[in-house]
Amino acid sequence: MIEVMDIVVFSLMGFGILFTLVRMIKGPKLSDRVVSLDTFNMIVIGVIVVLASVFKSSLYLDIAIVYAILAFLETVVFSRYLEGKNYGNN
Amino acid sequence: MEIISYVFMTIGGLFFFLGGLGVLRMPDTFNRIQAGTKATTLGAFSILIGVAFANPSWTAKIILIIVFIAISNPIGSSVIAKATYKSNNIPDNLVIDDLKDRGEDHDNV
Repeated sequence: MIEVMDIVVFSLMGFGILFTLVRMIKGPKLSDRVVSLDTFNMIVIGVIVVLASVFKSSLYLDIAIVYAILAFLETVVFSRYLEGKNYGNN
Repeated sequence: MEIISYVFMTIGGLFFFLGGLGVLRMPDTFNRIQAGTKATTLGAFSILIGVAFANPSWTAKIILIIVFIAISNPIGSSVIAKATYKSNNIPDNLVIDDLKDRGEDHDNV
């Protein structure tokens, strides 16, 4: 069911997720964490779509659509929070 | 058909890898926004096109996901950049700051 090329694609995406998680843990400011969360969400959408192709099930694509919508809303909400965070300082 | 699909999926995985590497290695926040958004947009397009080649009956849903990503990812990047500028997280080695030179303060971006 899982072939060699699937393992190659999954390991490339896994290294991408690992790098964004390292940046999310040690990011010096809050904006770096928001950027790494955005990249993380996009890589997770790719992982879900490749899983749909591996398991030959079209239901995973619906999950990918809903995850894309929620990831966009999540990015906008965290950015609005970041925007209002330092309002009194300048 | 299988070979074309795996070529597209490998290109997409490579772009995801490079996007994560750019987010980890770039020096300040605006460079990380560039690397993390452009590379992953192209990577997601490649992976979705590869899956559409492997399973031709899923093309409608995959086109829906591609259109949504093409609309929402630049908007998300722009919102993050605006929030980074407005919350005074500007890097120290920024050479040109046109909004500051125009005489506007950070609240009126």
